[in-house]
This record gives sequence, C-alpha cells and structure tokens, in this order.
Amino acid sequence: MTPGLATTVLAAGAPEHGGAVHYTAASGVFELSWLLIVLPLAGAAVLLLGGKRTDRFGHWVGTLAAAASFVVGLVIFIALVGRDSSDRAVSSHLFAWMPVNSFQVDVGLLVDQLSGVFVLLITGVGTLIHVYSIGYMAHDPGRRRFFAYMNLFLASMLLLVLGNNFLVLYAGWELVGLSSYLLIKFWEYRPAAATAANKAFYMNRVGDVGLALAIMFMFATVGSTNYEDVFGAAAGDMIGYGTITAVALLLLLGACGKSGQFPLQAWLPDAMEGPTPISALIHAATMVTAGVYLIARCAPIFNETQAARTVVLIIGAVTLLIGCVIGCAYDDIKKVLAYSTVSQIGYMFLAVGLGPAGYALGIAHLLAHGFFKAGLFLGSGSVIHAMNDEQDMRRYGGLRRLMPVTWVTFGLGYLAIIGLPPFSGFFTKDKIIETAFAKGGTSGYIYGIVALLGAGITAFYMTRLFVMTFHGRPRWSTEGADAKHPHESPLSMTVPMILLAVGSVAAGGLFIVGGTLSDWLAPVVGEHGEAHHTLSPAVVTALTLVVSVGGFAGAFLRYQLRPVAAVAPADSEVSLLTVAARRDLYANTFNEVAFMRPGQYLTRFLVWFDSVVIDGVVRGTAAGIGGLSGRLRRAQTGYVRTYALSMLGGTILVVGALLLVRAG
Amino acid sequence: MSATESLVLAAGSSGGSIQVPPVEYSSISPLLIVFGLAFVGILVEAFVSAPARRVVQPVLAFLGFAAAFVGTVLLHARRDTLVADALAIDGPTLFMQGTILLFGLLAVLLVAERRLESSGSALVASAAVTPGSAGSTAMQTSRHMQTEAYPLMAFSVAGMMLFVAANNLLLMFVALEILSLPLYLLAGLARRRRLLSQEAAMKYFLLGAFSSAFFLYGLAFIYGYAGSVQLGEIADAAATAGKSDTFLYLGVGLLGVGFFFKIGAAPFHSWTPDVYQGSPTPVTAFMAAATKVAAFGALLRVFYVAFGGLRWDWRPVLWGVAILTMVVGAVLALTQRDIKRMLAYSAIAHAGFLLVGMAGTNADGLSGSMFYLVTYGFTTIAAFAVVSLVRTGEGEASDLSQWQGLGRTSPVLAGIFAFLLLALAGIPLTSGFTGKFAVFQAAISGDATPLVVVALVCSAIAAFFYVRVIVLMFFSEPPTDGPVVVTRPSLTYAAVGVGAAVTLLLGVVPQPLLDLANTAATSGFVR
Repeated sequence: MTPGLATTVLAAGAPEHGGAVHYTAASGVFELSWLLIVLPLAGAAVLLLGGKRTDRFGHWVGTLAAAASFVVGLVIFIALVGRDSSDRAVSSHLFAWMPVNSFQVDVGLLVDQLSGVFVLLITGVGTLIHVYSIGYMAHDPGRRRFFAYMNLFLASMLLLVLGNNFLVLYAGWELVGLSSYLLIKFWEYRPAAATAANKAFYMNRVGDVGLALAIMFMFATVGSTNYEDVFGAAAGDMIGYGTITAVALLLLLGACGKSGQFPLQAWLPDAMEGPTPISALIHAATMVTAGVYLIARCAPIFNETQAARTVVLIIGAVTLLIGCVIGCAYDDIKKVLAYSTVSQIGYMFLAVGLGPAGYALGIAHLLAHGFFKAGLFLGSGSVIHAMNDEQDMRRYGGLRRLMPVTWVTFGLGYLAIIGLPPFSGFFTKDKIIETAFAKGGTSGYIYGIVALLGAGITAFYMTRLFVMTFHGRPRWSTEGADAKHPHESPLSMTVPMILLAVGSVAAGGLFIVGGTLSDWLAPVVGEHGEAHHTLSPAVVTALTLVVSVGGFAGAFLRYQLRPVAAVAPADSEVSLLTVAARRDLYANTFNEVAFMRPGQYLTRFLVWFDSVVIDGVVRGTAAGIGGLSGRLRRAQTGYVRTYALSMLGGTILVVGALLLVRAG
Repeated sequence: MSATESLVLAAGSSGGSIQVPPVEYSSISPLLIVFGLAFVGILVEAFVSAPARRVVQPVLAFLGFAAAFVGTVLLHARRDTLVADALAIDGPTLFMQGTILLFGLLAVLLVAERRLESSGSALVASAAVTPGSAGSTAMQTSRHMQTEAYPLMAFSVAGMMLFVAANNLLLMFVALEILSLPLYLLAGLARRRRLLSQEAAMKYFLLGAFSSAFFLYGLAFIYGYAGSVQLGEIADAAATAGKSDTFLYLGVGLLGVGFFFKIGAAPFHSWTPDVYQGSPTPVTAFMAAATKVAAFGALLRVFYVAFGGLRWDWRPVLWGVAILTMVVGAVLALTQRDIKRMLAYSAIAHAGFLLVGMAGTNADGLSGSMFYLVTYGFTTIAAFAVVSLVRTGEGEASDLSQWQGLGRTSPVLAGIFAFLLLALAGIPLTSGFTGKFAVFQAAISGDATPLVVVALVCSAIAAFFYVRVIVLMFFSEPPTDGPVVVTRPSLTYAAVGVGAAVTLLLGVVPQPLLDLANTAATSGFVR
C-alpha cells in the first residue's frame, strides 16, 4: 500500500441520468480509510513473517491490530455521522493498478452508510472474538498462526465491504474465501477438517464463478466495474432487461455460494470443523453474510429486475425452511447453530429480495444476527471447552449451575434468536415477516407464512438446544474414562460473551424502532416507501409470538419435561422427516449424484482427452520447438569466426533490406 | 575534456576559428562525478595497500554512484543541449542515467561480496597468472582480488551515461568505446574456470571491435550524406529531398548493426551466451542490466531523433530483427543446460520484446521501453545474484541438473528465484507483466499488432523454460552431493532483496514509475 494516497474526485456516474450515484472524494479522516485494512494486514504479515519469534506475544499483536482497526473504524464512523446525510458516500482513490487507455483498473475505497456499519460490525465483533480466542486457543501450539489468519480475514473482509468497485470487492471476496479455507482446516491433521475445508472451497468456487461472470458482464456492458458507473448505468436504464437480470442472477449465485444458501448450503455446516471462534466470526457473524451485503450493495441492479428479486425471495424462503428443519434433527451443538445460521441468512435473503422495502431490514437482521449468533457460538465454544471438546448435546445437560455466565449470556442470545420481545431478534425478524405479508398477493402470503413457520421452528430447535445443554439432568459423569469437569471459562472468554450479549439485547430495537437504520441506509439502498399492509402489523406480531411460543412449548414439553436419551434414537424409531433432516435433507446425496459422480466421469474424460489429445499436441509442439532448438543450437559453434560470419550475414541482410524497402 | 574539444572540431569544422563552447557543469555533474570516481579509483590502486583497497574501492564506488544518482534526481526537470549541442540532457537521458546508476549500485554490492567461498570474491586474485600454471591453483584460494574492477566499472558506467546522453554520433562512438573496453576486461576476471572466462573476454573483444567497426563505418556514411554528425542536423538533412540517399540508408543499417550487437539482437547475438557464461556472475549481472539500458537508450535516441523521419523505411527491418530475436532467444533457451546460458538466451528474448515496444514508434513505445528496462534490470540482477549463491566446491553450480530439489534444501532462496523467473516470464503481479503489458500496449497502439502476436507466442515458449526450472527446483529430489547455498553473504542478499522487492512492487503498484517514465518520455528527446 502506498501511504501517499492521491485522493481525486471521481467522475460522477452517468450524470446525464440525474446523477444517480455520486461519491464525494475523501478528505480529512476519510483519507485514512486504508488504515482499516492495512492494520490487520500488517498484523498478519508480522505474525506470518515473524515466525516462531512471535509465538510468545503473537496473540497480543493480532488482537491489537484488530482493536486498532476498530478504533479507526469508530473514528471514521463518527465522522460519517457528522456529515450531511446526502453526502455520506466518501470514496478515496488509492492507486491505479492498470491504467491503460480504456482498460482502467483502480483500487479505491468507499466509506458510506452501508460499508460504515459493516466496518463497525466486522472490526467490533472481530476484536471481541480476538480477545476470546486468547483464552480459547491458549493451549494450542498453532495459536500465532491462528491469529495471523484471523487478521488476514479481517483485512480481506474489510477490503470486500470497503471496495469502491467490483474488482476490489472480488479481491476481498476471494481473500475471505482463502482465510475461511485456511481456518476451517486449521486443525488439518483431522481428516474431517481437511475434507470440510475442501468442500467449502469447491462449493464457493461455484458461487465465485457466478460473481466473476457478473463482473465480466458489467465490464462488457458498462465498460467499468466502478460502483458509480455500474449503478449509474443501471439506474439510468442503460442496461437491457435481459442483461441486468443475468447480471443479478450471477451475483445471486455468488451470494448463495458465500452465504451458504440453497442450493449451495451444504458446505457451511461442515465448516464447523474449524475452531469455534472461527465459526463465530467467519461462519456466523461476518463472511457468510457477505452475500446479503452484495445484494444490498447492488440494490440499484436488483431494483431493475423483478425476475431476479423473485429468485432471491424463493431462495431465501427455501433456505430458511431447510435450515431450521435440519436444525431440529442434529445433536451436535455447532451443527445446529450452523443450520440456524443458514436459516437466519435465509431470512436476510428473503428481506433483501423484497426490494426497497426490505434492504434495510435485511441489513438490520444481519447486524443483530451478527451479535447474537456470534454470542451463541462463543457460548457454545465455552461449553465445548468446558466439556473437553464434546459437541454432542445429548452428553450435556444441567450445565446452568456450573457455568452461570455462559448460561446467562447464551440465554440472552437464545432469547434474541427466537424473537422474544424486547430482544433484538424480535424487532428485526418480526419486521421481515410483516414486510413479507405486506408484499401483497398470494406470493406475499406464501412468503409470510413460510417466514412465520420458520420463526416457530426456530423457537423449537433453539429451545431444544438450550434445554438439552443447560437444563435437565447431567448426562455426563465426573468419573470413568470419559470424565468431565465442567467449569466456567476464563475472563478473556466471558467478557466478549457478555459484551455480545448486551448487543443481542439492545441491537434490534436500536435499529428498528423509529426506523433508525432504514433512514440511515436510505441513500444507499433506496427509500423505504409506504407499506400496504395486507395484515395489520399488530396481527403479524401477535401471530409471530403465538407461533414462537408454540415452538418453544413443543420443545419444552419434549426435552425439559421428559428425560433426554444420552444416545440418539436409531433412524427406525424416528419420523421420516427426521431421518431426512439428519441426512441434511439429502443435499449431500443430491450433490453427490447430480454433480460429484458426473463430475468425476467428466474429469476422467477430460483427463483422458487432456493426456491423449491436448498433451499430444503440446508435446508435439514442444518436441518440434525443441528439435528446432537443437538444430539452431548447432549454429552456436563457439568459434569467433562463425559468430563474425553470422554478424556479417546479418549486416548484409539488414542493409539490403533497408535499401530494398527504400527502393520499393 | 579533450574528447569534447575534438568533437567541437568535428562539429564545427565548417566554421573558421575554433571557439571553446560554454560548459554547463551543473548539468553534467553526474557524469563528472562518475568519471572523477574512475580516476580516483585508479589513484587508489596506485597508492593504497591491497587489503585496504578491498574496502576502500567498493565504498568509494558505492558512494560515487549514489552521489551521481542523487545528481540525476536533482536534475530531473532539466531539458537542454550542452557543449555545442554534443550532449542532450532531457527526460530519457536522465531516466536512463538514473537507471544505469541504480544498476551500478547493485552491481557494486555483488562485486564486493567476499563471503561466497573461503577464498572470498567472485573475481580473480590475479588475472595475469596463466591458467593451469603452478601459481594458478594458489590463486583460487588467495584472499586477494583484482580491485581494478571497481574503476573499470566506474569507467563503464560513465561510458554508458555518456552513451545515452550523446547527441552527436561521434561522441556516441567514443562513449561506446568507453563503456565497452572495461567490459571486455571485466569479462575475463572470473576466479573459477579461468579459461572459459578468458575465452569470453577474447570473444567479446573481437566481436565488439567488429561491431564498432560497423558503427564507425555507418557513421562515416551518414556524415557523407548529411555533412554533420549532429543528430538534429542529420534529421534535417534526411527531411530535405533531392540527393541520393543510398549513403543514408547504408548508414542507418550499419549504425543499427552496432546497436543490435550491443543489445544482443539476432543475428548479432552469438556472443551473448558465451560471454554471459564465462564472465564472473556479478559482471554478467551488471552487463545484462546496465548495458542493455545504455544500448537501448542510444538506439532509441538515434532512431527517434536522427532517423525519425525515415521510420516507415526502417520499421520493417526492425520488425524482422525483433521477430528473429524473440524466436532465437526463446527457442534456443529451451535446450540450454547451463543456467547462465539460459538466462543469456532469456536476455536475447527480452531484447526482442523491447524492440517490439520500439516498433510502435510512438511516445508510448519510448516510455514503455524505459519502464521495461527498469523492471528487467532489477529482476535480472537479482536472478544472477541468486545464481552466484548456489555453489559446489568447484564454484557456481551452473548446470541445471545441480539445481534439482533446491526448493527442498533452501526453500527461501528457491522461492525467490522462482518468483524472479515468473517475473521474467511475465506473470501478473510481477514487474515482468506490467513491463510486457506496457511495451505490447505501445506496439498495438502503434499498429504493430502482428508483432505483438509473435511476441506473445514467444512469451509462451519462454514461459516453458522458466517454469521448467521451477519444476526442477520444487518437484525433484535433491541429489545427494547437491550444491550448497552460501550462508550469510549479506551484500548479495541485499542485492537479491532489492531486486525481488522492486520486482514485486512494480508488479503491484507500477503507477509511480509508469508516471515517471511517461513524464520523461512525453517531453521527448531534445535536439
């Protein structure tokens, strides 16, 4: 990074179309936005290049880098709040990477209302999780490497949300994928972790191809990948409907891959093989929500195409159901939380699929979810830590008294996710359900009912998780080969949990009541507009509460009042749906049959084709050139006389050619 | 400044009385510093004891080059012709002089390295001892070295700086000799494999003299045609129709041969592999980087300024030479078994790529070529520096088979070398990519697209042999008696570090240097 950043006024995007998108050039504190990225990047560099020398204090370096980035983010955010609401999109041009005539690739950052809140979420939650990891990874020999990768992740994620054009976003997008991969396989000696990392990598590739193609389409159509130009062209109706729909669908494919949405959801639960802080930071709070960010950021594109928005809605609705149904069937605490994440992101997709009415709600749910899901994951980490890495909830029970802080903080997150008022999930989820109904028509009812149903099932599986973990009789023993000695976690772990719990209590109301966040985001994602309620908000709220309480009651009756078996019942004893849910609704089987096997056959064919046909041609060419080389080599005799003769020959040729050209 | 006075005689021969022209000393201060450095170096040879010289000479050379570099930086905005128009101080001149001085600085680091083996330097202890004689084995382990190398390098650098600044063919010829003669000597100073080194020096000298003769012959034809050796006046003469221009074209061709020899373009390239292989590696690095800048600087000046009006006539010839050079360089490198010879053919291929940029015959071509020269030079110096570090008891392990599995035994060094090879192959995120992009872009905008297609094909062929070395280093088992990488040669490490860092930096953030090259090129050559 060059510190001497030239900040220039970027050309306003398509001003002839009413100046749809305009970013102000950065000045003052905004010129320092590159620091946000460079600080954690420097942390990662120090830890990775410093090697074993930094083992002793590496975790402090990493945490300090994250905290410093948070402070810079906070200063910038405060400055952003202090600006006029119409002038909060501040773009800084860092350097031109490839400035060649019409092919302009610049690297620049954009601080606006949307990226501003993301910066706070990423650096804030990120810093807390760094602090937590100091305790969680205290006995891991690879702790320094862990912090290095976490810093790398922070830098990449910030690059993703701060980029002012799609190429920078893409760079960040790939880099978060890399950090995610590195962290999933952090304990690579476990075959499951290595497999999970590869799976995440492959499935993300599918999505990434979509994003890459979308960017190519944009470049081919608009001739630029800058947000200003692309969004200006989109808003100015300069892109045909077919093209913009294709671009939106390709972007959606990318979003689905990164966010673990149907049909690319299968990697996310497996990614829980990574250390728990990673599950909290990357696979719950930040990276997996990048898809939602992408769609909200591309609001000007999605606003133009009803077709693509419908696909977003369907994907959101399908995923949220899939996620919570499977969440009911697992006994592994982290898998349940992972499917819960899949399901909650489904809610966010549903929200942003609703168009201008829903973008802010999707982001609000994303931020609230960032807090409570990170808190839940950290709580689960605390439990797992206390239970000697046992993740099976059927081996838990009665941990409430032994781990009071974890119990309370986890409980607050739990109340937030099931949407009990006044916790944050209530405000954000209720609003999404309400807006889904308000969409109108049959489809509105369908989406509303799906969302409502999801809320009920969420209450069910989360209650199941909570009760099985903290309440009931202990299903573990303090003796024998499998002895457990649960204990509360150290301060470095509980303090972040407490802070996140505060966030899960307060965030939702803060964002939703009075329309704070939707007003704040309006310049980026569009005005909210007047809703036409098919069902009055009070009715929707009442319905939501009833359904949630129903879900809660179901789980309470089933798991609190009746004893829980320490071993999961066999498939023959449970319903078909449970069997299906235990098999991830056959997503993996489907992937295997539909993609993996044919893929393997295709690969085999391609390998054959490659080795026989292509390699044949290549070897032939190489052999030909090699033969030529061998023959030409004989001219290199080593005798000065030969060399001089060749020079003389060359001279005659050059002079002769010149005279010939002149004559001709 | 007797050289200058004789030039004035030549330039102003039509006038009756001889006037001593005014000399703007400040504008030529970098040149004066380096010439002064060379003379002081000779005095040091005469008056300072041998052990002390091994310290004093490199320090002096380093400081001198650094001071001269600062001088070129301070002069950066100067655009002027000096000393009766014999010298042109303009954007390209200063850019190339600065580049040459930077390469000189790195080369001094390499020459001054004394930890390569127990005996010390890569340069011979006493060049005059006959190889194979009784004293020659003792010489291999002697702590002594021919410290005359430093003043020789200073003379050569001064010649190069004069070469790119000369605005007058006669001065240019003098500069060519000043830069070449020390190089012939330096080529013969290798400590190991003395016979090969002396053979290289001899060949370089004979062929260099041969090419100088062509240059001089061309100069004579041009003078016969234009009645002047001033580049500007030649251009004016060429623009006026009316007299037979056979002399002119003969002159263009023969002068071109002189330059083509110096840059190592085919079919005038045959000296390159032999000389690169035989010379001491630090000298090879210096030659490969700095001579190329100097020769291209002068070539560009002569063909843009003096023969700019004839560009439609010499372009086809340039195309032919460029194509032949790229093909010969890329194809012949395939079958090389010696790493230095491979890099030599790579240098030939790169000369071809540079000619592609020049074939665009526009300002972009000039700035692109200058940018390319910087990127190529840093990468090449670093690559040769790495070569000097991989050694067996016999000296450098230059045979490719000895590089097998180097990635296992010295991963960092092999990693850096792999990075440098990727840069030479022109892979993105290295300076090699941005450099190629710049010259190819210039060629396309100058309507030389077919040439760029050939260049891309040759790049693909070239990538093959670069990557083959990487495969060899990382995917083969190391031999049991493999070479040893020298430990802690701090000066060489510094050179490798700088070269690799610049290679990375210019691949990621090329803009500042591109801007600088553009600024230097847009103001163009003064006449």
